[in-house]
Amino acid sequence: MIQARLKKTFPARPDSAGFSLDVDFHAASGVTVLFGPSGSGKTLVLDCIAGFTRPEEGRVLLDDDILFDGAAGVHLAPQARYCGYVFQNYALFPHMTLRENLEFAAERIPRLERHRRVNEMLERFHLTDAAGRRPHAVSGGQRQRCSIARALIGAPKLLLFDEPTQGLDVPLRAELYEVLRQVRADFKTPVLLVTHDLDECFELGEEMLILREGRIVQTGTPRKILDRPANLDVARLLGAFNLLPGEIRALDPGRNTSRVQVGEFELSGPYFPGKLKGDRVTVCVRPEELRVSPREGRPGPNQIPAELQRTIEKPQWIRLEFSGGIAVDLPRPEYERQRHNTSWTIEFPPDSLRAL
Amino acid sequence: MQIDWFPLWLSLRVAVLSTALALVAGLWIAYILANREFPGKEALDAAVTLPLVLPPTVLGYYLLVLLGRSSPVGKVWEAVFGSPLVFTWKAAVIAALLHSFPLLVKSARAAFESVDRSYERAARTLGASELRLFWRVTLPLARRSIFAAAALAFARSLGEFGVTLMVAGNIPGRTQTVAVAIYDAVESGNGSLARVLVVVVSAMALVILTLANRLEPR
Repeated sequence: MIQARLKKTFPARPDSAGFSLDVDFHAASGVTVLFGPSGSGKTLVLDCIAGFTRPEEGRVLLDDDILFDGAAGVHLAPQARYCGYVFQNYALFPHMTLRENLEFAAERIPRLERHRRVNEMLERFHLTDAAGRRPHAVSGGQRQRCSIARALIGAPKLLLFDEPTQGLDVPLRAELYEVLRQVRADFKTPVLLVTHDLDECFELGEEMLILREGRIVQTGTPRKILDRPANLDVARLLGAFNLLPGEIRALDPGRNTSRVQVGEFELSGPYFPGKLKGDRVTVCVRPEELRVSPREGRPGPNQIPAELQRTIEKPQWIRLEFSGGIAVDLPRPEYERQRHNTSWTIEFPPDSLRAL
Repeated sequence: MQIDWFPLWLSLRVAVLSTALALVAGLWIAYILANREFPGKEALDAAVTLPLVLPPTVLGYYLLVLLGRSSPVGKVWEAVFGSPLVFTWKAAVIAALLHSFPLLVKSARAAFESVDRSYERAARTLGASELRLFWRVTLPLARRSIFAAAALAFARSLGEFGVTLMVAGNIPGRTQTVAVAIYDAVESGNGSLARVLVVVVSAMALVILTLANRLEPR
């Protein structure tokens, strides 16, 4: 269990804007993903926990140990924190073989046990054959596994990952996810992972923290956050929504319904707690929740006629981009059935509507 | 023609010793300058660099004042070793050391700074003490540049002239280094000796430079 309250400010300089970090969060066992765009302070959070950077204020607690306490002047050296850190470039020592890299990290293990532990880790991470080679002479997957094995061998209380899949090709990414699932099952070490990749949050994260400009703006499971982004900023960061300006025309908490004006059309949706009639809102709908059909006569309830402007092929689905900036994702068979439509209507199922 | 090779051997001996001393002290200072923030860092950096910009005669004067027979250091030295420090080959070592030290510290600092920070950070999270980190990670990773820096420092020690002349003098067979011997030969009209020594020293410098360039990681 890691609990961190961190404050650090970087004053504005002629060549750079100022930045302030102010976060307060905790993460229990399992994988917690710290998600945010570049420049949001994700890596700074990791560096403060690992002890590379000293925050100005706050407190970092790992299990029962105080790693940092601004008020009490406690700031443990990285060596004393027992946090494993997997670097983006792996940071395997280039002048040592994979085995020597593990041995370097095993120094704190009693001498008699050390050799056995190193062999055990080499075996568990399928590195035995490559153990005698240096990092530049082994595959990307082996480097990746070795860096994780090296971080784990000293039995850390927390494992930190800095953008582990940045710049990796797809097979290597899949391999990393597999290794991490294995680590989660075998080691029980809590993991704090930094990423700006939404897929990764879903692949790995049990809990997700969204960081924006040095503040945590939402926490929860990835599923829940995608279902209910807390505000427009979060929705924009996730990048997975149609965001349409609208105005609330009617609200009925009793029947859990609402009416929202979007452009020249009125759509019905669920009741939006906390909103008032007449509020200007942003209607937020996921592209895969929308349906399309050929246009026949007048549009039905919750339907909007639109011109198809562009289709984009993705591996698993087809994205249709319509006039008014509305995107719809269709499964391939569905698209094949409708691809010869000459005119389209888009249907907004009432449950898909969110108002931010 | 009979050539006295003593100045060349003396210079080699002086250069080896001064390079060794410069490495011991210089690596440590370079590492601190590269890795630590502390008050007075700028001043230390300036103090280390100063010999690079001061005229050799000024340096020599300072050394004479500092190490001369009537100075505290000179007195202690004489009491311990029974003979004065100035105008011996040991003074030539100190002169060469002063001459090569700034170059070594500057290059070694650059070498340490060029080591990717993430290796050092990784070593720290893995529990390595600062000393182990230095010996097992930073120094091995910087070693090619350090060797190159040492080779250049050696070459520089070999060619030291001004300070040596002032603190070690020009005593043939005792403190006359090769650079001083060449000067002496030219002054006394012994052109053939000067030519031989000049050719030998140039060849050595060329070899050292080639070596340093090969060591320098590309």
